[in-house]
Amino acid sequence: MRYLPLTDEDRKEMLGVVGVKDINGLFADVPNQALLKAPVDLPSRQGEMEVERIMAEMAAKNLNTSTSPSFLGGGAYRHHIPATVDYMIQRGEFLTAYTPYQPEVSQGTLQVLFEFQTQVAMLTGMEVANASMYDGATSTAEAVMMANRVTRRERAVIAGGLHPHYREVTETHAKYLGFEIVSPAPKAGGDDVAELISLIDDKTSCVVVQTPDVFGNLHDLTKIAEAAHEKGALLIAVNTEIVSLGLVEAPGNQGADIVACEGQSLGNPLGFGGPYVGLFATNPKYVRQMPGRVCGETKDVEGKRGWVLTLSTREQHIRREKATSNICTNSGLCALAFSIHASLLGDEGIKRLARTNHAYACELADMLAKVDGVEVLNKTFFNEFTVKLSKPAAEVVEKLAGKGILGGIPLSRLFPGNSDFTNMMIVAVTETNTPKDMQALTTALKEIL
Amino acid sequence: MADMSQGRTNVPVAGSQQPGTATISGSKGLEFDEPLIFEMGEEGRTGVDINPVEISNERLGGLARKENVGLPGLSEPQIVRHYTRLSQKNYGIDSGFYPLGSCTMKHNPRINEKIARMQGLGDLHPLQPQSTVQGALELIDTLAHWLKTLTNMPAVAMSPAAGAHGELCGMMAIAAAITARGENRTRVLVPESAHGTNPATAAACGFTVDSIPANDKGRVDIAAFKAKLGPDVAGIMLTNPNTCGLFENDIIEIADAIHEAGGYFYCDGANLNAICGRVRPGDLGIDCMHINLHKTFSTPHGGGGPGAGPTVLSEALAPFAPVPYVIHDGNAFKLVEDANESDGVPFGRLKGYHGQMGMFTRALAFMMSHGSDGLMQASGDAVLNANYLRASLGDTLSVSFDGLCMHEVLFDDRFLKDTDVSTLDFAKAMIDEGFHPMTMYFPLVVHGALLMEPTESESKETLDLYIKTVRGLADKAKAGDAEFFHSAPRHTPRRRLDETAAARSPVLRWKPETNE
Amino acid sequence: MSTIKYTKDHEWVSVDGDIATVGITAYALEQLGDLVFVEVPDAGKSVTAGDEAAVVESVKAASEVYAPVSGEVTEGNPAIADDPAAVSGEAGGDGWFFKIKMSNTSELDGMMNDAEYGEYLSSLD
Repeated sequence: MRYLPLTDEDRKEMLGVVGVKDINGLFADVPNQALLKAPVDLPSRQGEMEVERIMAEMAAKNLNTSTSPSFLGGGAYRHHIPATVDYMIQRGEFLTAYTPYQPEVSQGTLQVLFEFQTQVAMLTGMEVANASMYDGATSTAEAVMMANRVTRRERAVIAGGLHPHYREVTETHAKYLGFEIVSPAPKAGGDDVAELISLIDDKTSCVVVQTPDVFGNLHDLTKIAEAAHEKGALLIAVNTEIVSLGLVEAPGNQGADIVACEGQSLGNPLGFGGPYVGLFATNPKYVRQMPGRVCGETKDVEGKRGWVLTLSTREQHIRREKATSNICTNSGLCALAFSIHASLLGDEGIKRLARTNHAYACELADMLAKVDGVEVLNKTFFNEFTVKLSKPAAEVVEKLAGKGILGGIPLSRLFPGNSDFTNMMIVAVTETNTPKDMQALTTALKEIL
Repeated sequence: MADMSQGRTNVPVAGSQQPGTATISGSKGLEFDEPLIFEMGEEGRTGVDINPVEISNERLGGLARKENVGLPGLSEPQIVRHYTRLSQKNYGIDSGFYPLGSCTMKHNPRINEKIARMQGLGDLHPLQPQSTVQGALELIDTLAHWLKTLTNMPAVAMSPAAGAHGELCGMMAIAAAITARGENRTRVLVPESAHGTNPATAAACGFTVDSIPANDKGRVDIAAFKAKLGPDVAGIMLTNPNTCGLFENDIIEIADAIHEAGGYFYCDGANLNAICGRVRPGDLGIDCMHINLHKTFSTPHGGGGPGAGPTVLSEALAPFAPVPYVIHDGNAFKLVEDANESDGVPFGRLKGYHGQMGMFTRALAFMMSHGSDGLMQASGDAVLNANYLRASLGDTLSVSFDGLCMHEVLFDDRFLKDTDVSTLDFAKAMIDEGFHPMTMYFPLVVHGALLMEPTESESKETLDLYIKTVRGLADKAKAGDAEFFHSAPRHTPRRRLDETAAARSPVLRWKPETNE
Repeated sequence: MSTIKYTKDHEWVSVDGDIATVGITAYALEQLGDLVFVEVPDAGKSVTAGDEAAVVESVKAASEVYAPVSGEVTEGNPAIADDPAAVSGEAGGDGWFFKIKMSNTSELDGMMNDAEYGEYLSSLD
């Protein structure tokens, strides 16, 4: 087996040193009836070429987004990833390192995390950020639990425009920890701010608002922040398309206390849903209630600047059942990819990338609005909007797929059972969509509707 | 006072600056002094060419960003050099021996990276119509089949994003099963040698944690365990092989006892790599277990993730598995995303979309490469390597528990008694010798723990050099050269760092005003 | 005239009338290492012996400081909350954590005196 360096000769010699007859002799502590005498019923070892062939066969059964026009968003976006990003993250010193517990031999990872935390703080307009979470959904749920700890309250108000997966993850935690969630019904045209504010009371720990929301609408958070703060609650802003922050006002500049985002859009491929990278930013006064790892600056014995993981006493390996979260592993390599992409872009790049996304989305929205049987519902959006079709969206999406076009996400997939949304789909546009793609979608919709 | 950990802080001691080694640039040969990216950029420069566009009919509704983000501007060659230099300050499994106990640092094959990036796998959108991703669902189903077969368990929840997330999955399923029985059980038993995630997870599911002591053989004290059983006990969370690197030889008795008391058995699968392909946890009476794909099945650790923690479930817990999950429905694979469509009673959802697909492809490629025979050989080699370290170092260091170990071997600091050298000092001296240190001060059940896990990836030559080095350092410590250890490491990009200062007044980001 | 008592949890209790001033011992401090964070209770909080009253953190350890006696907290020490390095471990010294107006002074009975605590420490090694 190509991955195993020991030869039979080595094994024999080493077993002699240990003082047992054979490998089975090493498993003497295992109850005999549980010790297998032969390999389990699965295929035997195979070479690289064979494994690659099997995998390629499975890959070939899928319609990929690289060669088909794709307009899918809903919290995961197809963006161009510069070749440099994927090259750098495959350097063995990054790829094959552990969590940087030994700072003297992990300054590379640690400096990256310090830079990543700074980039996340800058993009979100917050003061501090952690070293990442699993994804946007878990980041949001952790934000709500943190707000409960900070305020010592147990009632979260969640806007209807929050991505349903994010809501479900939060609800799952709520069920076990016994906190309450109240929420207005989702509206494709955007949340009703007055309705949302009316739900905030002096038992409310936080208000969770996504912008752009799952339907693509942008929200002014300022008024919601004021209303929340007036009642002693925190505002949690959620963002699933981080590229938007190159063009849209940062939640930190609108009064958010915690910002939870999905960071996939920078540096990370769609990958059928994971691994992605959750971003988590807040203000310094709440930092000891923050979940997850965090890197801080310090000096070594020679006085040179360096980095270490810090504030570890919040974490499970020290605090055990009193930790702020049970999270251990985060999304280190995805955070690295995010950080390299953000570094490559710089201020000028992120601005241009965001403007391109918005310009293309505006263009497609205008094209689709002219198609009979299509109504664009959004007044505002960044790179994603909701359309109402004259036919059930799930059927339309299947027909588009039949033509090799990934045209959008039917809202029935995200909100099963909600009959208001049967004919609606969300359409996302990024810099990767060509005029030809947009024409193909427009033409196909004309044929189908 | 309670829960005083044995964790030791890095306390910087005055280092001896070697005279005559200072350079003008601050770099030394291949060792570069690399500034923060924010200290090197200039406005207007970018490493990605995107043409400026006109926006004809903008829809921002007055919410345009007013100020710049603040990211520095750099060109592509500057970026490549920055990250190359940073990477060179890291120790990875590609660089050398990484015997970090309980972390399983084994070889990461590059074919797995190649496959994860294949067109048709790496570039699929999670919400494509299911008819267009049948191959991807087949891949998830195939991996699930391997995991179920290797563990002899009937079901597996694929969505957990990491080991600790898998723990949540298992404990939430247990809580749901208890509620469904109309019972109220609030206490979870956790051995004191457990990973910190176990008690943290139990608490996150609303349980209280009751600690079980270890016996003098490093295993669960079975009498103490049985004495704690009662009608309020929801279950036990037990790592097997345990964090001392030992197989819990009473495990079947433990399983029977917890079941008889009406509770469930959560097995922490962090150390599955010791027994994979040789012992099926399902044969031991467990109810659920997470599998760290980044450990047993070698998806890269990536400097702290991403991981993946699929969780196998018994018949009793399977109906409560979270959404989404893959089923085979006639001639097609189907992803069940809506709890109302489920045959069971899913307890909820753990993350966005369907799980860590990129980790699934890597893990499946690793498993297929080994095959059932190779996996059996791999766990055998991992255990042989650990026992070889134990046998070769046992007379120099102090082995905590007699007898054979599994995939890792635990020493404590008795061999350093009266040397004024701590476990931490000893580990730092290993760095100067070109090795990554072993795990220190974990598990907490022995004093000054040194936990070594060689994995199956290491050759006898590597182990022999390591043994020679550890023996040499132990002799040096016993000979009284404490200062040598206190000032280690000396040959690293940074020497011991002041963790106290970092925690007392945290600086968690770069800021123009404070760092200029 | 105050007397100083010790608990098995390595806390010192300096008693003056019905006011108990509570801190952690030098042994506890040594076990924890350099402190980086201290949280003390607010005045007015009522506690029962054994309740968590304060939190101490070093870089790699965190611990609760329990109320050794029942009563009402009259004061938390702001000096150590501002500067954790001010916790000295000196029994009766300035690095105290909080003061409790005791509701049941008999709770002091089971505690150790200086000599007994010394013996207790040597039994731990």
